[in-house]
Amino acid sequence: MSINILKNSLKKGRVTVKIDPSGIAMPPEMEKLGADLKKAVYAKFGRSFHIREVDTGSCNGCESEIIACANPLYDIQRFGIDFVASPRHADALLVTGPVSKNMELALKKTYEAMPEPKFVITLGDCARGGGIFKGSYYTCGGVENVLPVTLHIPGCPPNPLVIIKTLLAFLQK
Amino acid sequence: MNNHEYIKNILDSEKIGAVNISAPYRDELYVTVTGADFGKVCSLLHKRLDSAVMTFFAEDMRARSGSFTVYCAFLSVQARSWIFVRQDVPGENPEFVSIAKDIYSAALFERETNEMFGITPLGNPDIRSLRLHDEVWPRGFYPLRKDFVPPAGKSADGAQYQFRRVEGEGIFEVPVGPVHAGIIGPGHFRFSAAGEPVINLEIRLGWTHRGIEKLLEGKDHAEAVNIVERISGDTAFGYSLAFCNSVEKMLGPEIPVRAQVLRVLYLELERLYNHANDMGGIALDVGFSFPAQFASLIKESILRLNENLSGSRYLKGINIVGGVEKDIDKAKSAVIDEALTKIEKDILALEDMLFSSISFMDRVDATGILRTQTARDLGITGVAARASGIGLDLRKAFPDIYGVFSFAAAKEHRGDVASRFKVRCFETKESISLIHQSLKKLDGCGPQLKIAVLPKEGTALGSAEAWRGPVLVWTRLGAGGKIERCKITDPSFRNWEGLSYAVLGNIIPDFPLCNKSFDLSYPGNDL
Ligand code: SF4
Repeated sequence: MSINILKNSLKKGRVTVKIDPSGIAMPPEMEKLGADLKKAVYAKFGRSFHIREVDTGSCNGCESEIIACANPLYDIQRFGIDFVASPRHADALLVTGPVSKNMELALKKTYEAMPEPKFVITLGDCARGGGIFKGSYYTCGGVENVLPVTLHIPGCPPNPLVIIKTLLAFLQK
Repeated sequence: MNNHEYIKNILDSEKIGAVNISAPYRDELYVTVTGADFGKVCSLLHKRLDSAVMTFFAEDMRARSGSFTVYCAFLSVQARSWIFVRQDVPGENPEFVSIAKDIYSAALFERETNEMFGITPLGNPDIRSLRLHDEVWPRGFYPLRKDFVPPAGKSADGAQYQFRRVEGEGIFEVPVGPVHAGIIGPGHFRFSAAGEPVINLEIRLGWTHRGIEKLLEGKDHAEAVNIVERISGDTAFGYSLAFCNSVEKMLGPEIPVRAQVLRVLYLELERLYNHANDMGGIALDVGFSFPAQFASLIKESILRLNENLSGSRYLKGINIVGGVEKDIDKAKSAVIDEALTKIEKDILALEDMLFSSISFMDRVDATGILRTQTARDLGITGVAARASGIGLDLRKAFPDIYGVFSFAAAKEHRGDVASRFKVRCFETKESISLIHQSLKKLDGCGPQLKIAVLPKEGTALGSAEAWRGPVLVWTRLGAGGKIERCKITDPSFRNWEGLSYAVLGNIIPDFPLCNKSFDLSYPGNDL
């Protein structure tokens, strides 16, 4: 069995090929942005800034863009920012969505599970004040009605570059 | 034979008399029956048309007729028509006899109707709330009734959702969610396992409920487009298209051919970026990260292309009732051509990487099987259905503009993760071809992008075969063209249940893989 696997891998050769990212090149300012971001993260958070994300009723557009921040192009991790699986490991809570009533308790519990010091970032227009879902019978009308919010990243959804720039501007303050 | 005669013949063959049939459009037909005949007629159409319930909803007509109206829609592929069966339900203590025991695909819709309207489906054993969670929502408040007033506070009676329980020696439960480890929507999954294999999975959703259908009431169509684009962000275009279709059907005039062709182009771009994303997601969930990262680059390149063409990475702000806002000129056409060549090459390379990996194929092959019969019974649609041997694709069933394109609908038979993966591979190639074809067709179209529309009253069903499956939007416009009722049906609504069957007998660690192979929408389901 294992000899077959070995044979097969030899026959196939290397599967990881060099990928040509032409056509999706990064904006030239990216490297500068990244270096500044890294400096800020090092200074303020001792090398790494960990974020826990919670969706409280987003349309999933914002999640798509947050995930894109970690793709090999933007690769936000290389600047010291990471999205973590547990609130216990997080410095900040990143919240999307207008807070559906069903998510209010889960959001609070996630926040409570985080160690101090901690703060909340909202991302996307509907996370602040409810945006387009404002006035619905089933939302809390934005994250600020449930938790104290320190930073807001506007957009519907904000694209990865906007997310990175807003984080940088905030961390440099 | 037109759809009217076709359905009349079916009803006559079973001697169902005294029904009123009307066909407001060539692809919509309404059979109005009494409460006593409702179940009979639905069962008959369900069998004879070989159609699951495609959508099912109620409407509060008490102000006009003193009653509620309940609709159940089937699809006749042969007559190229949606067939609605409709009954009036009394305004006081509304109830009707459940059809779910004969037609299982109606079950979830009946639950939904019960919670949103307070109309009881008599005889349906499971009327637990789907979206208005018992823990927060007090009893007796029905948001889609016209006289709804939101409750002052939260539920205080300590009511809790009752999960189905599996009991027996060695059986344990694993509850997961609503908050998950990754960057993903909220859902609660409760596994019952005996040793490794899952013997029951109950999925509790509704966490992202925002009250979309109520929000849409009273809006005009321009405001509504903005909202429907935000029901499920990865299907922004599919939703705006289905909604615009519905209103345009009511208003009458054909929209310009150029707009129709552009809609094909954008809809296929949406399919393309999402399918590429899923191919990567499936790779990621077997721990094969190189192709997963590669796929995320492909997705990014399509999002950038979208932005370049329309100003929106997620194709928002393109559709309006009456046509489209964003044209594609010669220069942009060249940009697409060039980008597609590279995207196609990359997708082929990605496929190659995955298909030639024994360990990948081993993980996806025969994992998470959804059997054809189960899929039929549940009313599964879209990619998941096509992977389980049900060939329905609305682009073929109602060709409209797609009739002038050459493409094939995907079909696989085994219903496993590999089949759903293959359906996506197949569809990406067809999408690329469709985009190329639409660029050619644009050359021959006039420049007109949209027509002016005047508000009018009426009802109509709009649809789009979006990347997950058919998105259906049934709208009633009232005075001044304001929305009185808008029923949204996302393919995820019933496909989630398909997932809960597909994982049976699989081990819990394969759940993420099964889940990704369906890639269903939380917000589309929760509304
Ligand atoms: S801000 Fe916009 S994109 Fe983000 S979740 Fe809300 S509606 Fe969706």
